Amino acid sequence: MISPAHHNLSLTLKIWRQPHADAPGEFRTYQLQDVSPHMSFLEMLDILNEQLIEKGEEPVAFDHDCREGICGMCGMMINGQAHGPDHETTTCQLHMRRFEDGDTIVIEPWRSRAFPVIRDLAVDRSAFDRIIQAGGYVSVKTGQAIDGNANLIPQQDQESSMDAAACIGCGACVAACKNASAMLFTSAKVSHLVQLPQGAPERKKRVLSMISQHDEEGFGACTNTYECEAACPAAISVSHIARLNREYMKAMLTSKE
Amino acid sequence: MSTAAAQQTLDSRIPDGPIDQKWTQCKNEMKLVAPNNKRKFDIIVVGTGLAGASAAASLAELGYNVKAFCYQDSPRRAHSIAAQGGINAAKNYPNDGDSVYRLFYDTVKGGDFRAREANVYRLAEVSNNIIDQCVAQGVPFAREYGGTLANRTFGGAQVSRTFYCRGQTGQQLLLGAYSALMRQVSVGKVQMYPRREMVDLVVVDGNARGIVCRNLVTGEIETHAAHAVLLCTGGYGNVFYLSTNAKGCNVTAAWRCHRRGAYFANPCFTQIHPTCIPVKGSYQSKLTLMSESLRNDGRVWVPKDPGDTRSPSQIPEDQRDYYLERRYPAFGNMVPRDVASRAAKERCDAGYGVGESHLAVYLDFQRAIQEQGRHVIESKYGNLFHMYKKITDENPYEVPMRIYPAVHYTMGGLWVDYHLESTIPGLFVLGEANFSDHGANRLGASALMQGLADGYFVAPYTVGHHLASSGLKPVTTAHPKFKETAVEARNRIERMLSVNGKRSVDDIHRQLGQIMWDNCGMARNAAGLNTAINEIRNLREEFWQNVRVLGSGQSFNQALEHAGRLADFLEFGELFAKDALQREESCGGHFREEHQTADNEALRDDEHFAYAAAWQFQGDGQEETLHKEQLTFNEVELTTRSYK
Repeated sequence: MISPAHHNLSLTLKIWRQPHADAPGEFRTYQLQDVSPHMSFLEMLDILNEQLIEKGEEPVAFDHDCREGICGMCGMMINGQAHGPDHETTTCQLHMRRFEDGDTIVIEPWRSRAFPVIRDLAVDRSAFDRIIQAGGYVSVKTGQAIDGNANLIPQQDQESSMDAAACIGCGACVAACKNASAMLFTSAKVSHLVQLPQGAPERKKRVLSMISQHDEEGFGACTNTYECEAACPAAISVSHIARLNREYMKAMLTSKE
Repeated sequence: MSTAAAQQTLDSRIPDGPIDQKWTQCKNEMKLVAPNNKRKFDIIVVGTGLAGASAAASLAELGYNVKAFCYQDSPRRAHSIAAQGGINAAKNYPNDGDSVYRLFYDTVKGGDFRAREANVYRLAEVSNNIIDQCVAQGVPFAREYGGTLANRTFGGAQVSRTFYCRGQTGQQLLLGAYSALMRQVSVGKVQMYPRREMVDLVVVDGNARGIVCRNLVTGEIETHAAHAVLLCTGGYGNVFYLSTNAKGCNVTAAWRCHRRGAYFANPCFTQIHPTCIPVKGSYQSKLTLMSESLRNDGRVWVPKDPGDTRSPSQIPEDQRDYYLERRYPAFGNMVPRDVASRAAKERCDAGYGVGESHLAVYLDFQRAIQEQGRHVIESKYGNLFHMYKKITDENPYEVPMRIYPAVHYTMGGLWVDYHLESTIPGLFVLGEANFSDHGANRLGASALMQGLADGYFVAPYTVGHHLASSGLKPVTTAHPKFKETAVEARNRIERMLSVNGKRSVDDIHRQLGQIMWDNCGMARNAAGLNTAINEIRNLREEFWQNVRVLGSGQSFNQALEHAGRLADFLEFGELFAKDALQREESCGGHFREEHQTADNEALRDDEHFAYAAAWQFQGDGQEETLHKEQLTFNEVELTTRSYK
């Protein structure tokens, strides 16, 4: 961690501009002065957008919502890194104190065929919803539940399950992967549910069907480069991919469906 | 206004009988839709947070055809996801004397006796089902070593009844509801419409029969028809510009329904959360909450000497004022949010605030770390400490957090009866978007409970009753009302784009926020509220003459989205201030400076103000009509709230 900068920064921003999905895009360069190191990265973009509007240029489109690192809506490639240089940090939680005066910052949308650009830095991640639709749930209807304490769950299983469940679905794993694989995302849901007794009845069907959907969406295969784990703001470990692989093998060999 | 006539129009439909029998009674009497007939009914659910996702999934499981809408790119991102601390339930697993009655009692008292008793009792009654349902979905609640569910304590309660998933309870509960929703999408019972903003309600023959929405990607104005519309669109905290809400949270759906005839209740009841990261600079775009659960182990203090500029670690124990422990020995740091917020404001106004702005107090974990060890604190609050460090560049394991109150939750919302149905038949309002359960102040860990109670366990019954008993005629989007409403929405968008003035949407929104914070914030008085009303009117006029929204309506245009939301906040803000002005008492989050005790506590006036204020829209430029729903308290005695 570099020491925090104390004076304001002057920056050169190279930002991907693309009016809509079918239009060609290009990098445009903007100069931005007087950026406080205490600003978040998105607040820096807000300032840029205010200046663009004043000049009569349409603001840069980017997805964001909670701005506290949990909704998973924001995300962009910052100098080639998904969510930028900070470990376990979403774009909205990245702060300008991480940059130096005079820096050039290159900002691009997530890069993956399965995440088509909607406009500028905003992409379509609906493929993730379809992977969850393929089996990322426990089939229980409202009203069918037994008492919460009827199943005892060892604390370490619950903790490990929670580690996986913490995925925010931002897509950084895909953007960071040279194969644009969504294995970290998919494995997080498989691993979350398979470690709990509630997930047991559907464990085989779930993993087979989610992987099948993953492939259908055009995400690539995993070749264990671990860039996904390095980029993940929610600290999802690649060990979940290992668990997914074991589950997948078992299901392939023993599924009766 | 004719109050007598007005009261007749507000039928809260509270069932007869003893309070613990009301919901059972209601369920027994409601009409049912036969299983084979459910597929003949279409239901629209707007918003996919805890209330919306749980309602959409549950109704689809029953067999109804559901269309669900959200402005985010995925239903999983609704702002319920940001709730940190936990969810209450009356399980009494810790054997510390909890019960449905106690949860009910605490919630009515915590709400400063401005909630409807019957609704709150039902909420407490179904709270246990929620926990069971979420566990069954695979929500990884914290567990004890033996494998049983763990609990923590939250403000305003003397029992441990809060269930939690680290500091991400909202995320896990939402992902549970989202997974149930996705399951229904996969079986074709829910059609999901993400990146859609509801911009109007379609009312046919007095019934809510559909919506007009804007496709945020293509800009297309779409119409959708149904037999009932469920509004699960959250709160309006962003009228203050700076709040802990997500940037997209807005009042538009609720306000548009209000303009179509749904009464808006208690808009001035806003919760200012005591533990948020203080404002840093003029560029600030939002505020971040630090969960109330931190007050379990953190101690709030300021220096005893207002001129003490030493770093906190240099200030010895006897020169610190742990003012919550001093003023409220019974509850200490765990007093309810409104009390804690006002106490922080009082210390800062008196000159004891810390940090550069002097608008902050310390939240100190030193003793907890010494007593329990750093790893225990880390396991409880690790992600919160991480987030605090990211934002402030300070390590809360070593130096105390600096916190200050911020707008967080809105107790007011569209008026609903016991069935959660608004004054427009067929328009149901769930979760934060309605007004019913939290009175003038919401207790911690109750928002998640209410959202899921409404969605999983109330609406599936009451919506069915509406469908079975209303004799609704078939209506499609070919009905002229749909065309008419869509044209109005299109014209409004075109008007915003054509102003081409000088000020950006964000700039005007910031000014609105400042007006609201200065005059309608933690302390309010008549002069300030009148100022706010005038300034908001002027700003609204300026918006329509001087806003600059670039680009077109037929594209992905985020500034245009924001402009539409701001236009509605500029109308809503005025009603907010008027509501605060008419409520000549202090209660919960509503503190009128004219009405306080000698030691600066809120002074409630039950004789004149034990009512829900429900406002009826009368047309642009017309004064709204105030209707009063008198609140009767048969179970809980009206007392002065004391946490001393």
